[in-house]
Amino acid sequence: MASPLRRSKRKNPVIRTRVPQLPPMARSRIFLGLTSAAARGVFELQVCRECGAIQYPPREACHVCLSDGLDWKEQSGAGQLVAHTMLRHAMENYFRERLPWRLGIVKLDVSDDLRNPHPAPSLIVHLHGDCPEPPAPVRVFAMLDRSGQAILVALPEKDTPHMTDDLQMREMTCDPKFRKSLVTDGKSPVGQAVVKELIKAGSDLVWVGEAAPWKKIPGWDEIKALQDVTVVDLDVTNPDSVRRCAAQIGQKVDILINTAEQHRAYRIDGRHGTENARAEMEINYLGLLRLAQEFGPVMRSRAADTEINAVAWVNILSIYALSNNPNQSTFSASKAAAHSLAQGIRASMQQAGVRVINIFPGPLDVEWNQELRPPKVSPNALAREIVKALRGGAEDVYPGDIAKDWYKRWREDPKVLERELAFAD
Amino acid sequence: MSRRQPYDGIVVTTPVSVPYVRFSTKGAHWWIGRALATLVEDSGLTKEQFDGVCATSMSLHPDTAVGIVQHHGLSPRWLDHIPMGGVSGIVAMRRAARAVQSGDANIVACIAGDTNHIDSFRQGLENFSQFGKDAVYPLGTGGPNASFAFLTDYYMREYGATRKDFGKICVAQRDNALAYPHALFKAPLTLDEYMSARPIADPIHLFDCVMPCAGAEAYLVMREEQSVDLGLKFARILGTIERHNAFADDPIQYRGGWAVDREDLYGMADLTPGDIDFFETYDDYPVINMLQFEDLGFCDKGEGPDFVRRHTMTTDGSFPINTSGGQLSVGQAGASGGFLGIVEAIRQVTGQALGNPVPDAEIGLVGGFGMISYDRGVCSAAAILAAGR
Repeated sequence: MASPLRRSKRKNPVIRTRVPQLPPMARSRIFLGLTSAAARGVFELQVCRECGAIQYPPREACHVCLSDGLDWKEQSGAGQLVAHTMLRHAMENYFRERLPWRLGIVKLDVSDDLRNPHPAPSLIVHLHGDCPEPPAPVRVFAMLDRSGQAILVALPEKDTPHMTDDLQMREMTCDPKFRKSLVTDGKSPVGQAVVKELIKAGSDLVWVGEAAPWKKIPGWDEIKALQDVTVVDLDVTNPDSVRRCAAQIGQKVDILINTAEQHRAYRIDGRHGTENARAEMEINYLGLLRLAQEFGPVMRSRAADTEINAVAWVNILSIYALSNNPNQSTFSASKAAAHSLAQGIRASMQQAGVRVINIFPGPLDVEWNQELRPPKVSPNALAREIVKALRGGAEDVYPGDIAKDWYKRWREDPKVLERELAFAD
Repeated sequence: MSRRQPYDGIVVTTPVSVPYVRFSTKGAHWWIGRALATLVEDSGLTKEQFDGVCATSMSLHPDTAVGIVQHHGLSPRWLDHIPMGGVSGIVAMRRAARAVQSGDANIVACIAGDTNHIDSFRQGLENFSQFGKDAVYPLGTGGPNASFAFLTDYYMREYGATRKDFGKICVAQRDNALAYPHALFKAPLTLDEYMSARPIADPIHLFDCVMPCAGAEAYLVMREEQSVDLGLKFARILGTIERHNAFADDPIQYRGGWAVDREDLYGMADLTPGDIDFFETYDDYPVINMLQFEDLGFCDKGEGPDFVRRHTMTTDGSFPINTSGGQLSVGQAGASGGFLGIVEAIRQVTGQALGNPVPDAEIGLVGGFGMISYDRGVCSAAAILAAGR
């Protein structure tokens, strides 16, 4: 059984901070299909459209019938551990610094697909310490490793106590347990929910940004009174404020969750002038840019700092970032800008192995969505999804039924979705 | 009865080894050049008389055999490049033999040469194959160690092999190596030392792994009468097989392609395993020796461990293997590892052993195994050589 993670001692400031090393990142283009699915938390393998054979490693043609009709399809991941090893030597620094490291080879079960007569492939996987000796049933998942590429991980057939504390698992996840988090705006309903959820998840300390101290907000006093909460001045529209905050706590933040948001629900002609659109861009886009410029470098430098390291940057975007919702046009545009920037932040943070998690919720159940009919995502549900994402191996999350539905339509054909949205009331 | 045409009248001669070093500042072309020069010197031929060239190297990038002929001023009318690692020695021989037999070439120089710089091994692993790059190297495997750890783990569990069985193989090979001048390992290895070596990837420990190094190996393929005219000792080719990607549906590799083709091998040679005097196995890890004992018919599947316990494997033993020490004790000089066994077998059957000769060695078997891509070795080959007289 994985032993429960213990809170590490304060780091001796004289000791050199370990420089981040990454697992090997290079992959063939065809392999990136696996990464694409893992990025949204799904384990997919190529399946032959003609003969049903499952392929792994990814291929350009079916190894049974040579068809090039290979479709990425979700797999249950159930399989049998055939053999295992404990690496005690590695050529790559990332692994050298983390030895010993357990690997396994798993034969997937395909018994549920009677149409497919072909044997399932064997998968080489990162093997969780709680998986018994082979032969043994295991569950295979695709997760992103610190290089941002998909890697296969086998977990025990049933959850075990403290399994998320396994040190190999901690390398694939961004678990808030014992980590210090910054929630950039703690006054909004979403911010408050995220703070509570982080504390529940074992976050060591939560810094909570407050932009406008004079504002009386329901629930704020309760948040401030929480034992693990420290309120910090942070106004993402103010460059000095962001810089001061980063100077004060930047070198300690392990997880940054940007909850600062300006949200108004107007059509293009619902408001005269650009003042509202400017405010949305100021917070949703430029605010994110300011945070990235001030907190990005220092978080990257701490990406391998002991087991309690800088691991994640979470952006709360909107499903409207993918396609403009004409009823909330300027808001959608600001989120599209933020999404584009978040991709850039991801590429930059990736160099150190800090994961950028983008959350694309459907409409939230907050005041500016009052007129929308359900389903709407409650702030608490959103906060739970964020923590779940931190504990998982994905980087893109679509919380709520509407987000999932839009995302599916967008993947199928962005133009069709654009028309559907234009004609919706 | 084999339906294949025998290699009648075709022989292999002039076994050449360029002494190995752990690290070399020279390029692969230097090692190949030394092998060519030694072939010229030992055969009495000029390099212009090599009208066929078959080459292999893993450190020649961006060159291939084409680069070799230009670099070394050769002008062959038959040229082949065999990028198949551990089977390249056998595959080169069987292709060269057919070229000579058909008259496409008269004398084929078969050469393997590789350099080894400080970071070559890691770079080689990183770029070994697309499957490796996608699905093994990113897991920190450090190359074939993990893949062989899996199949050794499986084999031990399934067939009851113990580390001591593997140790016995490694110790016997080291004993053989002590008499072979080019072996990089020059100190005896005891079973205790084997057992207490540091773990690399459980159950693989240090002495289960070959040491990457620089070196070159070569030989010539020609007609028997030419060999006689030149006064060169020669070996006959009685049978050969090669097979790629056999048993791809096995969830883990516990048998190699030899099991598909061994009837063909012995049928062509009109021999049985009992006629073999010594066996140069492909030995990048000792478990592969056991697979070859089984798959080439010396015992049934799963009886490898018992076979090892019943035999002594030194040159004077009941079942001599890897009579120069094999890659485990000589070193693995890239693709030259695929030539080591065949060059040593030529020496043994022609009475030219540099180390200890196997008494009355008439017939030698050579195994090849290569190209660990993703979870298994993809290529297998074998050849039977006989004393030429």
